Amino acid sequence: MSEQSWHMAALALKLLAIDPKGLSGAIIKMRASPDREAIISNFAANLPLRKIPLTISDDQLLGGIDLTTALTTSQIIRKGGFFEKTGMTIIPMAERCPSELAAKLAILIDKSQTHGFLALDEGVEDDEHLSLALADRFAFYIEPIGRCPQSWVDIKFEETSPPVTLSEAIVQLTILAAKFGIFSLRAPTLALCAARAHAKLTGHAILSQKDIEVAATLVYPQRATVIPQEEPEQAAKSEEEVNPERDPSNEVESKDQQILPDGSMLIESVKAMLPPSLIDKLIHNEKTQKSSGTGAGQVRSGNRKGRPVPSRSGRINSSVRVDLIATLRAAAPWQPLRQKQQPNRAGLLIRTSDIRLKRYAEQSDRLLIFCVDASGSAAVSRLGEAKGAVELLLAEAYASRDHVALIAFRGTEAEVLLPPTRSLVQTKRRLSALPGGGGTPLASGLQNSLILAQKSQAKGLTPTIILMTDGRANIALDGSPNRLQAGIDAEKMARVLRSSRITSLVIDMSNRPQPALQELGNILGAPYVPLPRANAERLTAAVTSALVS
Amino acid sequence: MIKTPFPFSAIVGQKDMKQAMILTAIDPGIGGVLVFGDRGTGKSTAVRALAALLPPIKAVLGCPINAAAPSECPDWANLETSKTGNKPTPVIDLPLGATEDRVIGALDIERALTRGEKAFEPGLLARANRGYLYIDEVNLLEDHIVDLLLDVAQSGENVVEREGLSIRHAARFVLVGSGNPEEGELRPQLLDRFGLSVEVRSPNDVSERIEVIKRRDAFETDFDNFLKIYSKKDAKIRSAILKARKALPKIQTSDAILHDCAELCIALGSDGLRGELTLLRAARALAAYQKEEALTRKHLKAIAPIALSHRLRRDPLDEAGSAIRVARTVESVLGV
Repeated sequence: MSEQSWHMAALALKLLAIDPKGLSGAIIKMRASPDREAIISNFAANLPLRKIPLTISDDQLLGGIDLTTALTTSQIIRKGGFFEKTGMTIIPMAERCPSELAAKLAILIDKSQTHGFLALDEGVEDDEHLSLALADRFAFYIEPIGRCPQSWVDIKFEETSPPVTLSEAIVQLTILAAKFGIFSLRAPTLALCAARAHAKLTGHAILSQKDIEVAATLVYPQRATVIPQEEPEQAAKSEEEVNPERDPSNEVESKDQQILPDGSMLIESVKAMLPPSLIDKLIHNEKTQKSSGTGAGQVRSGNRKGRPVPSRSGRINSSVRVDLIATLRAAAPWQPLRQKQQPNRAGLLIRTSDIRLKRYAEQSDRLLIFCVDASGSAAVSRLGEAKGAVELLLAEAYASRDHVALIAFRGTEAEVLLPPTRSLVQTKRRLSALPGGGGTPLASGLQNSLILAQKSQAKGLTPTIILMTDGRANIALDGSPNRLQAGIDAEKMARVLRSSRITSLVIDMSNRPQPALQELGNILGAPYVPLPRANAERLTAAVTSALVS
Repeated sequence: MIKTPFPFSAIVGQKDMKQAMILTAIDPGIGGVLVFGDRGTGKSTAVRALAALLPPIKAVLGCPINAAAPSECPDWANLETSKTGNKPTPVIDLPLGATEDRVIGALDIERALTRGEKAFEPGLLARANRGYLYIDEVNLLEDHIVDLLLDVAQSGENVVEREGLSIRHAARFVLVGSGNPEEGELRPQLLDRFGLSVEVRSPNDVSERIEVIKRRDAFETDFDNFLKIYSKKDAKIRSAILKARKALPKIQTSDAILHDCAELCIALGSDGLRGELTLLRAARALAAYQKEEALTRKHLKAIAPIALSHRLRRDPLDEAGSAIRVARTVESVLGV
C-alpha cells in the first residue's frame, strides 16, 4: 500500500509536469521531511520551481511600481508580476494561505496566466487545509503513506505527440464523477486533462482505458462524497442509454468499444484509492460535505479598519495605508544631511526606511458554542429548542456578526454537530436530524467545547460557551458510568475552561433549578440562568441579554 | 498572454443565469445580478464570457472613467486628447482582499513621494464606470468594503475625501456577485442592491454534464474551430441585445400590469419599493428581448422568482426556500 501510494504520487507529478496549465496543480499533504524534500528536488530536476511568499503584495503578484528604485532615483520603474517568469510555483505552508491570496490566484488560474502549482499542505487538524477555491482547481491530491521507497527517484519522462480523445472517454469520466457524488464540473475536465497527459507519457496515440483509469484514480478519490452502491450491470446499461447516437459504422470507435470494459472496474479502482478517513465518514452515512465552512474570511487583518493605533515603519504594498504625516515626520530630521549628500535633487528626500504605515485594532467576531445536553427523555425537545435558537441567532447574525456552533453530549461522549458557521443554509442541512437519549457525559461536552473554543481563538474569533442542561453528570471522561467520577471530571473541566479565560453561560433547563448546576456555574465563573420550559425565542433572548451585560 | 474567455453561447444549460445577465446588458438600470451556487458550476466562466459578449462602448481615449464625451472627463485625469474611440465594455474583477484604496482610489503615493505631486490614482470603481464590477465570493467580502460599495452603487457617484484629496467622479456600474451560500450569508442591505438573484446548480442530467465537459475539452484542444462556431452564436446574441436596447423605450406597460406588480410585492411582503421597480424593469427588458410590443403577465411570471426571491424577509424556522414561496405567491396572485 505504501509503495503504491508513492508510485501514484510519482505518476501524478509526472502528469503535472507534462501539462501544468491544464492540470493547474497538486496538493502535497505531508509534513516537512526529507521525503518531501526528495519529491521537490526530483521535480526541480525537470522543471524550474519558484516559491511564492504568502505575504506577497499585489505589486509583486500582478506587477507594479518598484518603489525602492523609484525613491532613490526619482524615476518610476515598472516591474512585472510574479507569473511573468515561467516555472512551477510552490505554495509553502498552503494551509496558511490567506483567502485573499487564494482568490487572486484562482482568478489568475482561470485566466490561465499561471504555470502550475505545488501546494505544500502541512495541516494537521481537519480544518487546516488549502483554501477550497484553489483545491477545487488543482487536479491532484498527494498524500503518500509511509517512507519514501528506495526505488522512487525518477520523475523523468519523454513527451510524445498529443493523443486522440474519443468521446467515450469524456462520457466515462463524467458518469464516473457523478457516481462518486462529485458535483463540480471541474473534476471531469481535470481528469480528462490527466488522461491525455498519461497517454502522452506512455506514447498512446489514442486515449486508452488505462489512461482513463489512471486519471480517475488520481483525480476523483479525494473529491468523492458517495460510495457507489449500484450493480455493475446497471451501470453498464445506463452508459448505453446516454449514448444512443453512437455510430457503429465508425471503425475506430467500435474497435475501441471492445477494449473498453464496463464501468465497474473503474469504480473499483477509484474505490481502492479512497482515503480511509473519508470511507469512515461515508460508511457512517453522514452527509459529508467537504466544503463545510472553513472560516475563510474570518481572520482579521487588523490594518484596514477598526480603532487606529500608532503607525509603524514597514514596506508599502497595496494592503496597507501609508501614514503620510508620520512618514514626513520621520523624514524631516534627516533632510539637511540628505541634501548635502544629493545636492542636485530638489524637494523632500524620502527613503523607504522613513515610510510609516497606518495600523488599526479591531474587535474580533464572536463565536457562540452551544453545548447541549442530549441525554435522557427530554433530549429531543431540548435539542429542538437549541436548534431553533441557533437558527434565530444566525438570522440575526448579519447584524451582530456572530458565528454559531453546536455540540451535543449524550451516551458516553460528545460530538460536534455543527462546526462554527454563519451560514443558515449549512445549519439547516446539518441539523435536520438530531440524535438524543442516554447518559450525561457533561465533562466530555465541556472538553469538546474547550477544544473548539481554543481552535476558534487561533482563527481570531472570540468564543463563548453556552451550556444547556437539566441534570447532573453521570458519565466520566473515560466513558464509564460512574456518577462520582463524572462529577469530579466535570468540575475539573470547568476549572480548565475558566483558567483558559473562555467566557461561558450556564442555562438550567430543568423544571426545578438545580443547586449542582449553580455550583458548576460558580466554578466556570459563568452567569447561571434557570430557564425551565425554554423555547427558542426565550432562549435567544436570555443568551443575548446575558452576553451583553 | 491573455486568453480569450470561454464563449457565452457555449455555456450549457444555466438558463436563469444567462438570461439574467443578458437582461442587465439590455438595461443596466436593473442593478446587477447575484449568482449563488456551489463550486465548479460555471459562475465565473459566465461572467468572464459576458465581457466578450457585450457590445463595445464609445469612450474618450485614455479616460480613467470611460467617459462618453470629453466634457464628462474629470479634470484630474489631465487628458491630452479629446478623441473618442471604441472600447470593450469594462468588466472589472474586485478581488476579496482589495483595500479601500484600491477600490475607491487614493492619493498616488509613488508620485507624491518621488515627485512631490498631488495626484489622484483612480481605483477599481473608476475603471468599472459604464461597465460591470464582478465580485467573486461576495459573501466573504469585508464589511467596510461592502458598505462602501452599497453607497456607490446607490448614488452612482464615487466620493473620495482623504489625504487632502477632494474628488468625485461618476461610478455607474452593474454589480455582479457570486458566492457559495454554505460559506456565509449576505447582509439584506447588500442583497437588496442586486437587481436579480439566481441560484445555479451543477446539472443533474448526465448527458448535460457530458456536453459541458465535451465543450470545455473542445475549447482547450480545438480552440480555433470551436471559437469559429460559437463566436457566430455570440454575435447573434449581441445583435439581439442591441435590438432589445432600441426597442426597450417603446415597450407598452398597462396600468393593469403595474397593479399586478404591486399586488405581487405586497403579497410577498418584500421590503421597500425596489422589488416592484426591478421586477418591472427586468420584465420590460425581457419583453424587448423577446421582440414583443407590450408587457404581459407572462413576462412577470418569468421574472418574479429571480427579481424577488432575495428580497423576502428570511424566516429561519421556515424550511421551504424563498424561491418556492415566490412561486406559490405568483401562482395565487397571477393565476396559473
